[in-house]
Amino acid sequence: MTRADVTIIGGGLVGCSAALHLRRRGASVVLLERRRCGSQASGVNYGGVRQQGRHLAELPLARRSRRIWSDLVTLVGTDCEFAVTGHLKLARSEAEMAELEAYAEQARALGLRLELIGSVRIRERFPWLGDAVQGGSFCAEDGHANPRLVAPAFAGAAIAAGAEIREGVEVRQASHDGDGFELRLSDGATVRAPHLINAAGAWGTTVSAWFGEPVPEEVMAPNMCVTDPIPYFLIPNLGVCGGDIYVRQIERGNVVFGGGVGVADRARITARPLAGVTAEAARRALALVPRLASAQIIRTWSGIEGVMPDGLPVIGPSETTPGLIHAFGFSGHGFQLGPGVGAVLADLVLDGTTETPIAPFGVARFSEQEASRQETGPTANAHAWQSDNGRLLSIP
Amino acid sequence: MAPSIVVIGAGPAGLRAAETLVDAGLRPTVIDEAPASGGQIYRRPPAAIRRDPKQLYGFEADKATAQHRAFDRLKDKIDHWSKASVWSVAARTLNVATEAGLKELGWDCLILATGAMDRVIPFDGWTLPGVFTLGGAQVALKYQACAVGGRPVFVGTGPLLYLVAYQYAAAGVDVRAVLDTAPPAAKWRAMPGLARGGRTFLKGLSYVLRLHMRGIALASGVRPIAAVPGPHGSVSGLIWRDARGRERRTDCDAVATGFGLRSETQLADLCGLSFAFDALQRQWLPIQDADGRADVEGVYLAGDGAAIKGADAAEISGARAAHALLYDLGRTGSAEQIERLNRRLARFEPFRRSLEAEAFPFPSDLAVDAADDLMVCRCEAVTAGELRRSVRVLGATEINRAKAFTRLGMGRCQGRVCGAAAAEILADSLGVPLETVGRLRGQAPVKPLPMGAFLDGAA
Repeated sequence: MTRADVTIIGGGLVGCSAALHLRRRGASVVLLERRRCGSQASGVNYGGVRQQGRHLAELPLARRSRRIWSDLVTLVGTDCEFAVTGHLKLARSEAEMAELEAYAEQARALGLRLELIGSVRIRERFPWLGDAVQGGSFCAEDGHANPRLVAPAFAGAAIAAGAEIREGVEVRQASHDGDGFELRLSDGATVRAPHLINAAGAWGTTVSAWFGEPVPEEVMAPNMCVTDPIPYFLIPNLGVCGGDIYVRQIERGNVVFGGGVGVADRARITARPLAGVTAEAARRALALVPRLASAQIIRTWSGIEGVMPDGLPVIGPSETTPGLIHAFGFSGHGFQLGPGVGAVLADLVLDGTTETPIAPFGVARFSEQEASRQETGPTANAHAWQSDNGRLLSIP
Repeated sequence: MAPSIVVIGAGPAGLRAAETLVDAGLRPTVIDEAPASGGQIYRRPPAAIRRDPKQLYGFEADKATAQHRAFDRLKDKIDHWSKASVWSVAARTLNVATEAGLKELGWDCLILATGAMDRVIPFDGWTLPGVFTLGGAQVALKYQACAVGGRPVFVGTGPLLYLVAYQYAAAGVDVRAVLDTAPPAAKWRAMPGLARGGRTFLKGLSYVLRLHMRGIALASGVRPIAAVPGPHGSVSGLIWRDARGRERRTDCDAVATGFGLRSETQLADLCGLSFAFDALQRQWLPIQDADGRADVEGVYLAGDGAAIKGADAAEISGARAAHALLYDLGRTGSAEQIERLNRRLARFEPFRRSLEAEAFPFPSDLAVDAADDLMVCRCEAVTAGELRRSVRVLGATEINRAKAFTRLGMGRCQGRVCGAAAAEILADSLGVPLETVGRLRGQAPVKPLPMGAFLDGAA
């Protein structure tokens, strides 16, 4: 049997960041990952590092996470190809431009400065934009990174700091016996710890159900595409109101884009893109940036992400079991948040509280009493929010 | 309603599969990337370039002509989608890029006859202008009546090495040397098995003799060291080590290289077929039953795309796959045909085994010894050193993890070119058998797909 202060289920970016932050503050950690760290949503997502356009309830957390992104080299020894290129969110109608203006004002109150650009200036500055674009909102602090590197980098740093990370081991059952948690693993081993973090991503509800609080978590498979390298011109990470297309180019020339969803099979842990969705995304990308017609799609891919009905993650202490903390269901926008969520989880375990506001993400919002009068965080006048992966998220 | 039957590939396997289906009264759709049937081996030149079949195909002229005629006879009885490339497969739907734009085609039964390509091992200078695969050099000659250079060197191993060199020599090209990495004694050891190849073996022998009679330098047991550039940047010579360990240089203006063939399995992968490691071919291949059925209902495998056995065997396995399909549709008479075809196929086994394992062994050591600064994945510019680092520093334990860390195999070819050598390098770094390294997962599109094809009204 292994004993630790904290055991973490799930080696995605959230779990790996939590492991690192906990170790840095002196806690002993065992992290359990069924496959390899960063194999699912953390590793296969679009790679957007974006604060702009997030639900306002997420902004304080996103701000904290953004500070960690700046510090990656010190923290994990590599920049994970994080490039601060800015994020340009585009409006394709006057109504959408009004939406961007309203958002910019609300975001400013939370410390995020956005630059609004009208239809004439936006063409001067980004002459490669298509005719449909009516204006945009630019966030200079945002950018993008290589998702395949980030969770493994946090895992590596956590191991170097003394965390124990077991890959290829599945947690068969976890329970609380009044004294602490006991986890039974697929290799026959047991782990005991007074604290348990549920960072199981798309499978988070399986773990929460073990403790009597299942949540309505669904899954989706973002449909991702990449082209061969073309001359580097598309500097900012691009998004649109409504989120049906998102495009970025890396400095070596490849253009990554996505929009729509493929097929996810949660039980078999497989996901694949769909040709029809790829075609639709390609058309939308071409409408936004006609110059992409000269590129060739060389690969498409997908992975499994957990999605909550309100588009917000579950973060915070369990309602049923002391010592259990949830952090899953990031609904397609966990990549930018991941590093910050790990820091928040370390606060919650070691201090019992955190200065980052996370009340809107509480698991209690899915209990029956809450369901009827659900209201998540500060409201904005828009009803749809763009996720990192472009899924349309409706806020009740 | 008649089932929608699609044959992918119009080489020897695809032809015989389509022919068998037509004989049974069915109307298959045959999809192929080339403008005309024939596959790689019997590739036809465009109508404007008329060359005598004897000159084009050598000993294979009669066979090539017979196949072309056989396919042409099917013209009104099949739907032939030429210049068409299947870029994605889903349950019962194919996505096809054609000259007339992107199309979808429903399928109930699918025969994959997707063929093979060169197995490449990178060496210093392999990405220089003027360095081609053996197959690429052959396509230039067969299809466009062009030589890749006026003074080429051929280096690598496998039957294709001698065949293409001979075809170049016969076309009047000044072949400077034919350099085989297989040890000189290998062919003698392989002789008993090779002799069972009958006519195929004799043809191979005759290519070697004719090259020798033309005074072309032949060497075995060599190691390519470097293709070196000339003043204009393209290849001007090949440095190699002979069997006695002496370093040599052969001046040339082109290098054609290849180390046997590898099956083209991306479509099998997208169909969701299971794969198993084939120790002889050193490649993961789709699983098939004794009659060519894959483990996804309605999918059948034929030809070199299923396992490298050569063109003659491909014709037989093509017919066999079609008969397996007919059997599954409840047609009578196919069971006997399958038995007959399986007996014929079994005769190829000793010959193939001698070829792959004895006469032309894959020089894994050449890949394993790659210098750290040698670029292995040219699409994404990944060096052997970066691959090794992904194991040593980043903890990759299999090839898809190394891919995630380094971008190996993420580029235009998705590892079709670099995958074989990369797997050898990773297996060596990890100290594990090759199969433990796993298989690069394929993703749609199978070949690069122009974004412009998605424009409304694009054709």
